[in-house]
Amino acid sequence: MADRAEVVFVDGVRTPFGRAGEKGMYWNTRADDLVVKAMIGLLERNPAVPGERIDEVAIAATTQTGDQGLTLGRTAALLSGLPKSVPGFAIDRMCAGAMTAVTTLGAGIGFGAYDLAIAGGVEHMGRHPMGSGVDPNPRFLSERLVSEDALNMGATAERIHDRFPSYTKERSDRFALRSQQKVAAAYAAEKIQPDLIPVAIRSDAGWGLATRDEAPRPETTLEGLATLKTPFRPFGRVTAGNASGLNDGASACLLASGKAAKELGLTVKMKLVSFAFAGVEPEVMGLGPVPSTEKALRKAGLSITDIGLFELNEAFAVQVISFLDHFGIDDDDPRVNEYGGAIAIGHPLASSGVRLMNQLARQFSEHPEVRYGLTAMCIGLGQGGTVIWENPHFNRKAK
Amino acid sequence: MSDYSALDFSPLVALSADEVVTHSFVRDVPLSHGRVLALVTLDNGRDHTRPNTLGPVTLLEFAATMDALKARAARGEIHGVAVTGKPFILAAGADLSKVSEIPSLETGKLLAQLGHHALGKQSELGVPSFVFINGLALGGGLEIALNADYRTVDASVPAIALPEVSLGLIPGWGGSYLLPNLIGIENALKVIIENPLKNRVLKAADALELGIADVLFASASFLENSIAWAEKVIAGTETVARPNLPGKIERLVKWDAAVGIARRMLENRIGTVAMSPHVALDLLKAAKSGTRQEGFEREDDSLAGLISGDQLQASIYAFNLVQKRAKRPAGAPDKALARPITKVGVIGAGLMASQFALLFVRRLRVPVVITDLDQARVDKGVAYIHDEILALENKKRITSDEANRLRALVTGTTDKAQFADADWVIEAVFEELGVKQDVFAEIEKHIAPDAILATNTSSLSVEQIGAKLAHPERLVGFHFFNPVAIMPLIEVVNTPQTNDVTLSTAMVVAGKLKKNAVITRDTPGFVVNRILAKVLGEAMHAVDTGTPFDVVSEAIAPFGLPMTPFELLELVGLKVGAHVLDTHHAAFPDRFFESENLHKLAEHGKLLERDAKGKIKGYDKAALKIVAGGTTPMTATDLQRRFEDGLADEIKRMLDDDVVHAAEDIDLCMILGAGYPFQMGGVTPYLDRVGASERVFGGTFHTPPIRGVGAVPALAGAAE
Repeated sequence: MADRAEVVFVDGVRTPFGRAGEKGMYWNTRADDLVVKAMIGLLERNPAVPGERIDEVAIAATTQTGDQGLTLGRTAALLSGLPKSVPGFAIDRMCAGAMTAVTTLGAGIGFGAYDLAIAGGVEHMGRHPMGSGVDPNPRFLSERLVSEDALNMGATAERIHDRFPSYTKERSDRFALRSQQKVAAAYAAEKIQPDLIPVAIRSDAGWGLATRDEAPRPETTLEGLATLKTPFRPFGRVTAGNASGLNDGASACLLASGKAAKELGLTVKMKLVSFAFAGVEPEVMGLGPVPSTEKALRKAGLSITDIGLFELNEAFAVQVISFLDHFGIDDDDPRVNEYGGAIAIGHPLASSGVRLMNQLARQFSEHPEVRYGLTAMCIGLGQGGTVIWENPHFNRKAK
Repeated sequence: MSDYSALDFSPLVALSADEVVTHSFVRDVPLSHGRVLALVTLDNGRDHTRPNTLGPVTLLEFAATMDALKARAARGEIHGVAVTGKPFILAAGADLSKVSEIPSLETGKLLAQLGHHALGKQSELGVPSFVFINGLALGGGLEIALNADYRTVDASVPAIALPEVSLGLIPGWGGSYLLPNLIGIENALKVIIENPLKNRVLKAADALELGIADVLFASASFLENSIAWAEKVIAGTETVARPNLPGKIERLVKWDAAVGIARRMLENRIGTVAMSPHVALDLLKAAKSGTRQEGFEREDDSLAGLISGDQLQASIYAFNLVQKRAKRPAGAPDKALARPITKVGVIGAGLMASQFALLFVRRLRVPVVITDLDQARVDKGVAYIHDEILALENKKRITSDEANRLRALVTGTTDKAQFADADWVIEAVFEELGVKQDVFAEIEKHIAPDAILATNTSSLSVEQIGAKLAHPERLVGFHFFNPVAIMPLIEVVNTPQTNDVTLSTAMVVAGKLKKNAVITRDTPGFVVNRILAKVLGEAMHAVDTGTPFDVVSEAIAPFGLPMTPFELLELVGLKVGAHVLDTHHAAFPDRFFESENLHKLAEHGKLLERDAKGKIKGYDKAALKIVAGGTTPMTATDLQRRFEDGLADEIKRMLDDDVVHAAEDIDLCMILGAGYPFQMGGVTPYLDRVGASERVFGGTFHTPPIRGVGAVPALAGAAE
């Protein structure tokens, strides 16, 4: 058995994320078209990659019906103009769909099955509202396998507030406000735009072009956040302001073996170190990244103090706070979500994993003093996922 | 010099109360460095089955939109303007639905001027203008693009064309001036003159190669890439190369010569009767020099002349017949009655029968069995079909899988029992009543009682062919035209016995064969052959009585038919021609001529003298000898009158006899089955406008007659 192959993240892109629903910018755009445009944009940015050398395409979506069905990886490959010889498949791990596409294909590269692979995800929550068409087995409730709250993500976030009374609503709002501010600053500094693939959008008033995320609210204030309703329970703590919204969007990234990247002269943005998924009680699914991160660190032989940059999916502010609290990191630690997160940008479920990686990759290039970073996210029905990456720009002598 | 903005376009608006308006929606697209592209979407709010069209209200809205954008550009708010269409469609051209109602030459001219007024604004915005050709761009649709500074094209666009001359029009919203000055005279002649006559359109790649589009992008990200490209052009980082742009030498040396060659080609091909291609040629010639404004003014005058003339009205009538009536055949029973066809039997294995078998197997993809008197003939027929399939495969028209599939479906047999499970049996045996009767009576013993029987007879009574059948209700006439694979018409002959299931099946089968079917009554010659027999009978009668061939050709020249009667006789075969005249004379001895001379010519074998390439040089000497001896020659004028009045009389009788339900069906048959030109409107609009209908039966086939408002067409360059 040969040694494990080195797995590298060559490049990643995404569409601007839209607000879900009739008023959202992608209401007239198909989900598969979104991910196809992301893939085409990715391939156009990497002209040194011959299409026929792509060994696998894995595209994630949570609701795999209609324009998100039909074995997305294969259909997206065909629609992107990749040769018919390129295989593909669909993947689902709810919010961690794209992350799981990356880890699955990354594992395949490590094993030597693939040299080059495209991983990504899409979620059109306007066309496929969360939970549409689901049919949970009645045993979940009759045998009390999960609490009633487990299937309602907002309720799971309230349960974290219950469990940790020190995580107040005000603390969550403060975290949310900073997310909005950091996204606005990142946009102003052109940190986000370089990895966005513009999408032509059709409306009753003609064609337009989506070039920016639709969800951010840079005008957000703490006072404003305080007045928002708590839709998941009366006098609760979770609001639309301190949670990610309902969004449409897609992402795609190019993974390679170290050898293939070298052969084709591809620039390496990140190296895969380890990954792990772990389960927790479904009714507090937001805690999932804690055990998954501990596991990934263990497999990498690293400790949390070795991690210099964090990209954490902000499904809910309280859920990120729980992670930071567990590892003894401040809520406003500058290593965490430097460009802001899903609370501002949005969270089109299965596409978000690659967005985290895109942002971490860009931060790596600007932080040569950092050797390791991680991307982590919580997952519905009580899971967490963590991927640890190494910075190829790392320089011991950097400040 | 015309100042278009000073014109009053309200007479056009008054005609356009029910126009399906294609709106001009504007959205701003942010570019880098704070620049903004105003993106205009043309959308009529309907799906792709109702393409964007450009009527007066649409054009005025477009003009107002461009004015507003020009003002914004002047204020520095926008840095470029791009126009694109709704999904699959840029625009299908001018809205011609009201052209027949244009009351005067002046109003017609306004229509030309309004197009220039609106589309021309794209060149006066003060910022670069782009058209992103995202879909179908025909006629005025393409002229939107030609009026812009730059063009991109979506790789999947299936049809880009200036088809105007085939409709009796000219590209009159800038196309005739702008196109040759963009892509060179030879390319422009191809697009404006040659392609329409061949019914050809450009695909996206052709448009790029010719230089109509500056750049081509794949469909999936067409708009995104077009915007990114426009951004680079605006920023000055993209240089647009136009290798086909005509240079000084082209203008000095090539231009007039190319137009001359095209004119000779045109005269050879369609003669000089159809005006619009010649007017377009004049415009293209004049586009060599002068300003854009002068070019536009020439187009205004030319278009006004054509709009007020008869040929355009007849052409639009003909276009609508082919586009609409052909797709919803008059008198067709409910399609749901049609029997599904799972196996086809062809009686006969000769050339015609083999062509049928090939067509049926290609289009229906069901087993096709052919039969004949002996195994040798059957084998020959099957071999012919296999060879044709191989030829299609070699030409990459079908894949090898498809070729294998088709070959496996074709079998030959002398055992009629193999017809037992055929749902559709068509005969193509010798054109003799007794033979056809016996063939059907024989096959009926082997087939299911409700299998459909079809005969390809061109001259016999379908009802009589079925006289020996136990179930004559399942027999229908199914008359193809030669060459079977190409000619788009089938006359479906409905006998008094034919039931609705049979008739419906015949219509559905014709559709699946991708043919247009017209239902006719079971009368001699049905439609096309009866009218051709009338013309050819008159022509031969004139020859027989001493009129020279040339005078006969001269007499019918004003029709503008695709060929003279004598070329037509050689095309169908002199023997067949003589037979057709005989059968019609037998049926209507007082109105149709037979010709002993034609039989003699058939025996001799030829009529025309041709060179090695088959080009006509004159008349065969022996043929001239054969027809010599007539003593009462006619003048061309007299004979023209005989042609016209004879046709008006015969067609009136056909309609009175309900051979088909309407004059429209006669015209459709003549256009599709005999290549009669659009400018004649088939045949009846022509007969009305030359006064034949009035002379013969004191009326017209169409009320009101299909005519222009009557001005003499202005030729390009004519002074106002």
